[in-house]
This record gives sequence, C-alpha cells and structure tokens, in this order.
Amino acid sequence: MSKTLSGINENLSAYPDASGHFGIYGGRFVSEILMAALQELEETYNRLTNDDDFVSEFENDLIHYVGRQSPLYFAQRLTNHIGGAKIFLKREDLNHTGSHKINNCIGQALLAKNMGKSRVIAETGAGQHGVATATVAARFGLKCQVYMGSVDIERQSLNVYRMKLLGAEVTPVTSGSKTLKDAMSEAMRDWVTNVDDTYYIIGTVAGPHPYPKLVRDFQSVIGRETRQQCLAQTGSLPDVLVACVGGGSNAMGLFYAFLEDREVRLIGVEAAGTGLDTGLHAAPLNRGEVGVLHGNRTYLMEDEHGQILDTHSISAGLDYPGVGPEHAWLKDTKRAEYVAVEDQQALDAFRQLNLMEGIMPALESSHALAYGVQLASEMDREQIVIINLSGRGDKDIHIVAAIDGISIE
Amino acid sequence: MSRLSGCFESRKIEGKTALIVYLVAGDPDPKTTVSLMHAMVSAGADIIELGVPFTDPEADGPVIQSAVERALGQGINLSGVLEMVSEFRNDDSQTPVLLMGYVNPLEVMGYARFAELASKCGVDGTILVNLPPEEAEILNSELAHVDIDPVYLLAPTTTAARARKICKVSRGFVYYVSLKGITGAASLDVSDVEDKLAAFSRLTDLPIAVGFGIKDGDTAAAVASLADGVVVGSALVKLIGEHAGNSVEMTASVCRLVTEMRQAMDAATA
Repeated sequence: MSKTLSGINENLSAYPDASGHFGIYGGRFVSEILMAALQELEETYNRLTNDDDFVSEFENDLIHYVGRQSPLYFAQRLTNHIGGAKIFLKREDLNHTGSHKINNCIGQALLAKNMGKSRVIAETGAGQHGVATATVAARFGLKCQVYMGSVDIERQSLNVYRMKLLGAEVTPVTSGSKTLKDAMSEAMRDWVTNVDDTYYIIGTVAGPHPYPKLVRDFQSVIGRETRQQCLAQTGSLPDVLVACVGGGSNAMGLFYAFLEDREVRLIGVEAAGTGLDTGLHAAPLNRGEVGVLHGNRTYLMEDEHGQILDTHSISAGLDYPGVGPEHAWLKDTKRAEYVAVEDQQALDAFRQLNLMEGIMPALESSHALAYGVQLASEMDREQIVIINLSGRGDKDIHIVAAIDGISIE
Repeated sequence: MSRLSGCFESRKIEGKTALIVYLVAGDPDPKTTVSLMHAMVSAGADIIELGVPFTDPEADGPVIQSAVERALGQGINLSGVLEMVSEFRNDDSQTPVLLMGYVNPLEVMGYARFAELASKCGVDGTILVNLPPEEAEILNSELAHVDIDPVYLLAPTTTAARARKICKVSRGFVYYVSLKGITGAASLDVSDVEDKLAAFSRLTDLPIAVGFGIKDGDTAAAVASLADGVVVGSALVKLIGEHAGNSVEMTASVCRLVTEMRQAMDAATA
C-alpha cells in the first residue's frame, strides 16, 4: 500500500467500521422506533450481498433495465478546444430515467422485495431520485410515496408529473425551508409511522447506517466500469476524477473503486451558489461544521447554535445542508479534495457542453464539468480527467430558459 | 438520589403516578414559558420536559413542528433554554426539569460545556430523540460528572436484548414511546401498552414513563395504573398554539387540561 496519505495507511475502502462509522462520521442517530428496522436492513443487506441470486438479479437489471454499462466518452472537441488534459465523460445521463439515481433504486427495491415490504417511500430534491424510485416501484409492483419540498415542486414540475404518471403519490412538504432537507425529515416521519410495511429508499450516501454504505455499494458500479473502461481505452488510470457533491452518491459511486489508487486525485465539487462568501450556497464540506442531522454525523451548514441553515443552489439536487459521512471522512483524511463552483460557472459549463459536444448535462453535473474543464486546461496533454456526467439536463431546460428570459411553460 | 429519582420515589410512596408535561421552550415567547412552567406545577404536574427548539424535528408531528417554528422565530437556542431553566429555579427548587430534543445543539455547544452549563442552571435530565445509547458514550460520561440523568427511550419495536442495554444506561427513568409514529399521532392501544410494560418492567428497576398518544384525562387515567409516569406533550402544545395571543386564556386552558389529567390519574390509582 502506498503511503501518500499522511497518517492513514490503512485500507480506506474497508469503511464504515462494524458500528457504521467512518472515523467520527456516520453512525446511527435515529429515534428508537427505527433501530430495529435499521438492524434488520443491515442484516438483510449483509446476507444478500453474499447471495449469488441477489447479486445476479441486480446485475441483470443494471444491464437490461438500466442499460448499463454506460459509456466512457472521450470529449475530443472539448479537449481540443481547451488544449489541456484529455477530458472523458462518464455518461450516467444515458441510464434509464436519465441519471445515476436508478442504480441505487434498483438495488434498494430488490432489498425491499426480499424483506417483504409492499410500500416504498423516498425524498427528492430535483425529482431525479423521486422519478427513479417511482420507476422501480412500478417495475416491482410496489406502492410508492415521494416527499418533495413545495419549493422544489414549483421548480421541477415536469418531474412531479413524471412521478404521477409512474403511479407514485407525490406529497408536498411545507415545513421548514420547503426543500430537500424537509422532504427527508418528512420521509423519516412517514417511516417511523409505517415501519412495518414500508421500506425507505434513501437517494444518497447519507442517513443512518447502513444507508451510506449500501447506497455507495449500489452506486460503485460507476467507478468499477470507469476504471476498466479507462484502462481499456487509454492504457492507464486517470489522473483526476471529478464529480458533483450534494449528498454525494454519484461522487462516492465514482470514487469508491479508486480509493486505493492513491495516485488518482479525487475531486468533489459542491454548489457555491452565488458565492461562498455570500452565505447563499450549499457547500458544507467547504464552509460547514460538524454536526448531526438525518441519522448521521457529518459536515453541515449550521449556525453557532447547531440550527440547520437554509441553502441555495441553482440546482435542486445539490440544495442540501449536509453531505454523506464518507465524504466528510475522505476530506479529513485528505484522500479526496472538495471545491465549490458558483451558479454562473455551472450555467456556462452547461451551455459549453451543449455547443461543443451536443450533450445537455444536468445542472448538478454542470458543477463538476465547470471545475473539471478548468482544471484540464491547466494540465498536460498526456493527462486524463474523467468527469462524472451524473444526469441529463432536460429537466433543467425551463430554468435555463427563464434565465434567458424565455418562458416555456 | 437525584431530584428526578426522588420525585418518582415520593409519588410511589403516595401511591401516585407522576404526571410529566412537555412544552417547547420559547413558545410562544420566552417570558411566557417560565410562567407556564410554574402554572403547570401548581395545576398538578410533577416533572417538566422542556423542548429545545431545533430546525429539523424529524420525530415530531405538525403541532410540535409549529411550536418549534414559533420558538425559533423568537431566536430561541439552547443557551436561551438553559437561561429559562435557571430563571425557573429561582422560584422552584423541587420540580425536576428535563431538556428534550435533538442532539445537534448539544453537539455544537460541546458535550462538556453543555453538561457544565446545564448543571449550573438546574437541569435534571436529558431526553434526546435521535441519540440512541450506542452513540451516547461521551455525553453520558460528561453528564455523569455533574449528576444529570440521561433518559433513554424504549419503543414498541425494541427487542428484549436491546431493552436490557437501554435500561442499563438510562438514569432516573426510561421513557416508553407507546406507538409507532410521531408526536401527536393517533391514540394509543392500552392493552398493547400493558403487555409491553409488563415485559419491560421485568428487565429494570427504573421507573417507566409512557408518552405519545396521551391527550386527555381518559387516556392519562388508562395508562396511570400501568406506568410510573405519564407524559403529555402535543395536547398541551396545541392549546399554547391556539391561545398564543392571549396569555391569560392560554395559562387557564393549559392548567385546566393538566388538572383534568391529574385528577383522572389520581382517581385511577386511588
């Protein structure tokens, strides 16, 4: 094992520990009512990850339902234009439902089915996880209820209607800041009430143990494919991986297979909103403090009294005051770096990829693009930057149109 | 013996069940909270649970969520809640006061500093909804230094093996959450509570209090003969919210409900 990491020579990919912690982060901070359900989930998951039938059912659905593997695409025109490192895009936007979220939902729906649950619930911000959950619920014949902040319902009406077409019930959440964090609180309230027949499909690598681990594991297919594809296409490992981080599931999914490749830089990109110094952002790893929210200890946007702060980002999927505990751990151990990109930079990257490559990225993924393309321009031509294109941008067209002064609704 | 254990002990000697009342600190405003606490004690409450406002009360129903939003709107935070307890202690050195809420405000203040301040202000115990014993080792040791009782929760879903562990670290009493759900949810099933309490009481000598789903004299009386303590929260918080503009009417209606429960419970255990 290489010793590039100060003080940490152990196997980073072996985390979380048996009690669900990544160092001081993670854990299981929930009401007693849920402890038995989490214990049962953990036991079921541990059993099924070693079960050949379960694993092949999951892999089979990833191939035939999701459409994996997703391409690792060499963005040649963009690369030539910026004149730096080679830029590759991991095309999670090409998955069924249009983002990486479906990988995790397939895995968790299979868990729900194995545990005999007839109903699934989910929280959603941009609506991508809600759509993916509604999709797998339809596919597996499960009842589905999605909680969504009323502010997000306003800005993502297309996805709301998509979920309804898929047979899900979408419940607006009007408490607190009326966004993703409140939707997650409301989903937890539903779960404590209906824990007997209900499975909670958390959409990101956060929440109480074992969620951060199992969501990461289901998403880790992104990095495994990427590693193999990069070796096959270029003959070497990439120099840098870049992914956006809200809760951090697409980033964790990409990074995980590379954790022990210490020469590969891992960069997570948070939403700097209107600027880190304006206070209007969603960058807990850059500007947050340690705290406990939604079942785990992690970096949070919070005030000096431990109250959670409202966040801002142009992209609803990054608009969350917390972040997965494994990212907090990778930050502290310096295995990964975390930077932030402002709304305007993300918008510019969105437009650039449309024009240069004919690909419309989600505004979430546009944050990773903005940073990755800038970084590539400062690197050597022999080097390789892989950017995770976690979702497609169709859902964001009306937001960009509104900025251009065009109403399309 | 802690003030909390002493309180359960004397109720037991009198053949009574402890009445535990909950209100959100700073709802509707900080000044009213302390006078409401005194009024509730005069009306028959034995123990007070003071809710610490937190922006994301994930185990609370709409009634307490609204109360928390009212309190946060007044700028109430953990340090302000501690000041209220201190003010309450100027006129009442007998009634145990517990802080109830979520762990993050304590985590951010620092467990050691919290323990020191809480002790100075006259806090007797803590009930932290999202802090199971597995995550509480550091807090427990800080609280032990200052003789503050950490109270842990049991739920209908808690296994016997877990219940044994929970009872081992809980101090003062254990709190049985009588139904699967959030605060202020549906009514509880008395025969179900009876079965569970019988099972749990074989595991511990600690008093057991029952909360969630108790909203009036009848439900309080039904539980009084089964448990050592009865907790009422949302029903009182609802009255506080309804009369937020009129503190005289608010105090009167809150006291009416406390008295109704006190009398119904005493009649049931007589």
